[in-house]
Amino acid sequence: MSEFAVELRDVVKIFPTPEGGEITAVNHINMQIKHGEFFSMLGPSGCGKTTTLRMIAGFEWPTSGEVRIDGHVIGRTPPYLRPVNTVFQSYALFQHMTVFQNVAFGLEMERIRKDEIKRRVGEVLEMVKLGGMEHRKPQQLSGGQQQRVALARALVKRPKVLLLDEPLGALDLKLRKEMQLELKTLQEQVGITFIYVTHDQEEALIMSDRIAVMNRGKALQIGTPVEIYERPTSQFVADFIGETNFLYGTVRFVEADKASVYVPVLDSEVIGLATAGLTVGQKAVISIRPEKIRISDKPILTKNCFSARVTLIAYIGSDTRVSVDINGQRINIWEQNKISSLDTNIYYRENQEVWITLFPENTLVLPEE
Amino acid sequence: MSIINSVQKLSLGKVLRENPTAQGLLLISPTTIYLLIFTIIPMILVAILSLMIRGMYGNVVYQINLANYVRLIDPLYVRILLYSLGVGLTTTVLTILIGYPLAYFIAHTPIRERSLYLFLILVPFWTNFIIRIYAWIMILRSEGFLNQLLMNIGLIEAPLNILYTPTAVLIGMVYEFLPFMVLPLYTSLEKIESAQLEAAADLGAPPWKAFLRVTLPLSLPGMIAGTILVFIPAMGMFVVPDLMGGAKTILIGNVIRNQFLVSRDWPFGAAASILLLIMTLIFTLYYTRKAGFSEELLI
Repeated sequence: MSEFAVELRDVVKIFPTPEGGEITAVNHINMQIKHGEFFSMLGPSGCGKTTTLRMIAGFEWPTSGEVRIDGHVIGRTPPYLRPVNTVFQSYALFQHMTVFQNVAFGLEMERIRKDEIKRRVGEVLEMVKLGGMEHRKPQQLSGGQQQRVALARALVKRPKVLLLDEPLGALDLKLRKEMQLELKTLQEQVGITFIYVTHDQEEALIMSDRIAVMNRGKALQIGTPVEIYERPTSQFVADFIGETNFLYGTVRFVEADKASVYVPVLDSEVIGLATAGLTVGQKAVISIRPEKIRISDKPILTKNCFSARVTLIAYIGSDTRVSVDINGQRINIWEQNKISSLDTNIYYRENQEVWITLFPENTLVLPEE
Repeated sequence: MSIINSVQKLSLGKVLRENPTAQGLLLISPTTIYLLIFTIIPMILVAILSLMIRGMYGNVVYQINLANYVRLIDPLYVRILLYSLGVGLTTTVLTILIGYPLAYFIAHTPIRERSLYLFLILVPFWTNFIIRIYAWIMILRSEGFLNQLLMNIGLIEAPLNILYTPTAVLIGMVYEFLPFMVLPLYTSLEKIESAQLEAAADLGAPPWKAFLRVTLPLSLPGMIAGTILVFIPAMGMFVVPDLMGGAKTILIGNVIRNQFLVSRDWPFGAAASILLLIMTLIFTLYYTRKAGFSEELLI
């Protein structure tokens, strides 16, 4: 057994456009996905995540580079000979077959004995909670049930790797949240490697062991949800995952893992954690998440602490969302409501003068894009 | 008076506004009236006529009996009927065999090219049917294009005798009915999502198995619709056998036409028509039930 379930080495995919031009959908991607891992590819539409998935499934072939499945270079092996299965975004259930026939299809292709097929289909339908639905046609099922059939149909083949292309995209929010947890539990239960494509960052954070954040055909960062959220290495990743505040400036000095950036709008230097490769004089951007900024009546630190005016307050129950203004620069802050009180004095008011503190260990310095 | 009138008008308008059933009836009334006058009533007349007998001078004697139907049991007519059934079925099978690959090809070309191919299939309809049949006669006769061509390239030495044979009738029938098979087949094939075939491949089906298990069953509604559109008119066709089959090929359609136009035995022609109607009706019902797609056909 190879170390990795799926490995992409310098994979490029170029599509011809109808106008005679070319589009690079996937641009020199390298990924190593471990056995039993829940791995997500996350990015906006057109970032190349689905194309990458389709190259693993065998529906597309790389223009250059190589795809390895369980250590074997897969080359141009057609989809029906690959040890992977796909859950399609549109489910692609066979409309002319019953639930049982849909799920049994893949096993019939392997020429498995009838009674064995019956047993395995029954098992997997039980696992996705569709017991008793064997004889329904897909049209007679709800969206969520169709989704489970699509999942069962792929899982029953016991693939080395299960590929999921935005499988929850068509479900409503509540059902999607339920299915996220269910999918994660199911994956741990069966121990199959899942490669999951989504544009929903919350979904990726909840379910994944590791995430590849993609944009314009490139994998910008691959890491655990915590790494991706807490230590984004690029402005795009910081912006795409969660909410953040950006302050633009120029790098003044870099020392070990700290860097100082002169921010013109604050007319001050801000110190933060440096990303690798920053150089003095470089254009940089400070990124700090709204929940990591401290508001206070008095200055707390001598550096990274600024006077600001409250411009907007939104009470949303768990948090209070405060917007402050410093010389026309707006900064968003989320304060957790840790005290239960009806006393309006404990909340901030509009036009109140406050101090905000950007703790250096919560502040990231990223190269400007 | 005027007050009463306006009250009545108001109430009619009100009924139409508030009653969906009344709206529906109003909307289908032109179709209903048209079908009643031009289809239902004539069919009833034909059914009544089939129970009469022919008079001495080709007139109709109004005397109810089953003599015409008894006459149809004659082996001569039974043979013609069975032969017509054979020609109808052969035509249908041939249009499927030729039409399926064609429809499949069109459904898999880029969208912009599809309309061109569909256009090409419909172009022959711009010319009168009889003229197109004469064109086929020009092609198939001993000194025609086909024989000239085959002799020139040395494939045959003497001209082939195709025209005025059952083969010629089949060629003409298949030619005439091919579009009626291709168009519904195309509609069915075009609706199949590519994701369905990708799913089949993903689950381990090589292309030929994916075709048999997914494409073919999903195109069945089109094939059934095409079969009905081809088989029923093919059973009653008399122009093609008349012009291309010479006197040798007589189908039930020719019998019916001759009874009305040549022998002036209207009651017997009517009886033959009713028999043909019943046969095609039984076939259609059996076929759609058997295929189990009767509901989907309506969609």
